[in-house]
Formats: sequence, structure tokens, C-alpha cells
Amino acid sequence: MKSLDPARRAKAKERNGDSSRALLLRMELPSDPSLLCAVRGAVERLTESFGFSEPDCRAVTRAVDEALTNIIRHSYKGRPDQPIEVFVRAVHGQNSAEPSEGLEFLLCDRGPSIEDAQLCMRALEEVKPGGLGLHFIKQSMDIVEYKRANGTNRLRLVKFVRAAKQDVSS
Amino acid sequence: MQISSRQLDKTTIFDVSGDIDLANSPVIRKALLREVKEIRTPRVVMNLSKVRYIDSSGVASLVEGLKASRDVGSRFILFGLSTSAREVLQLSRLLKIFEVYDNEEQALAG
Repeated sequence: MKSLDPARRAKAKERNGDSSRALLLRMELPSDPSLLCAVRGAVERLTESFGFSEPDCRAVTRAVDEALTNIIRHSYKGRPDQPIEVFVRAVHGQNSAEPSEGLEFLLCDRGPSIEDAQLCMRALEEVKPGGLGLHFIKQSMDIVEYKRANGTNRLRLVKFVRAAKQDVSS
Repeated sequence: MQISSRQLDKTTIFDVSGDIDLANSPVIRKALLREVKEIRTPRVVMNLSKVRYIDSSGVASLVEGLKASRDVGSRFILFGLSTSAREVLQLSRLLKIFEVYDNEEQALAG
């Protein structure tokens, strides 16, 4: 799949009036696990068209899927009819020393506030089921931030496009 | 996601296709635990060659199957991991915990 057309990126930036945070996609969905595959499909296509490598496409898709899974399981306790919003924006930032374009995913839910203890990861040395989702998110994304505002949990995930390694031998 | 099973001597092979995520991992878990804990099949093999994606809840179901098989002294084997499935097991440092083979022939010979 080709990278997102620069003209389309520019139009998205115009629409949003903020040249550094162009809204590319907005999804509203109920907290129904059967919809996770649809979100994965959309995120996978978007990351491909944005120019991420195949491993990074998988990583971003996995992180968003795991974040939604956490919202459904922990914030909404498995209730399938609660609101979730996902905003995806193009962002500019730093990836290591190089300026880079990236994607920002803002996941919003109206469940109870998440305590710090719930954001702690268990040790991977323990072989036991559960508690892996947050590991996958943190290992997959460059920025993972949580905040509570106006009765809404907001999880912000950012991944920057890594520059392709150039073959210096040729 | 679809799951079906085959019997070969003292082995049960589960053929799984599609994505394993929160919507269907309980089905995998239930099938595995029944086979291992209730039926006490000596060797349970998971054919994941048609599984494109596994999330953390799917990994948790596989870990439960593995732990149950250890508890009863049976074998729990995976084969045909996709790149994505292999990645999540590596990320969770579980790849070396499972008995993993490339294909069914190797899984049954192992």
C-alpha cells in the first residue's frame, strides 16, 4: 500500500486548523469485543498507508487493540454497550535525534478513574495468565500517557515512523 | 474465529483459524481446559497456522492450557505460529516456555 497522499494529509491539516495535529480518523464504538477486529482492520490499513514498517504496523495495531481490550475489561467491566471514542491524528515530533512524523491515538472512555496501581505491570518472569496487555502497549509505542479529564479516561498513544536504514555499503 | 478438533491416537489436535482476541479467547480457554483437565488427553496440540493475530487474552488462554497440562502431567504443544503470534509470545517472554514446532509433522514427531 502506498503512503498517504500528501495532498490528503494537507487537506486533513486544513480541516483541523492545526498543522501539527491533523485529525485523520475518528471512531465511535460501543464496548463490544466483537468490534475489536474492525478497529484492528482500520488501524492496520491506516498505519500501512502512513508509511510504517510491517513490524511497526503490527505493533501499533496490537497496542490499540490491547488498550481497547483494557477499556472493555477493566473500565467497563465487560459491559458491551458503553461508549468509546478513538481519535487518530498525524503528529510531528522527535524519534531519537531525528524529527519525525507519527500517529497519535487518543482513546476515551467514561468508566471510573483508573488508579495508578492498575497501571502497574506485573513481572514478566512470572508465568501466569493475564496482565500482559499493558506490557504490549508500552513495548509497542513511543509515548503512552494517561490522564483523567471531565469524567473521561484519556489514553494517549504515539508512534513515530522510523526512518528506513540505508545500506551504506552500496 | 473457528476451532475444531481431531483425534490421533492419544493426541487431540485443535485447528484454529481467524483472530484470537477478547471476543473469542474464552472459547479457546474452555476447549483447552476441558481437553486437558476433564478428558485428560495425554497430548494436546494447537494448530495455529491459520491464526493471524493473538491478543493478550489469547496468550492468557494458552498459558492456562499449559499450566493445566503441567498439573496433570500431559503435553501441550503449539505449531504454525504466524509472525504476529510469535511476536506476542516473544514480547511476553513466553516463547521458550511453550513447546513450539513449525508444522504438524514436527509437532507429532516431537
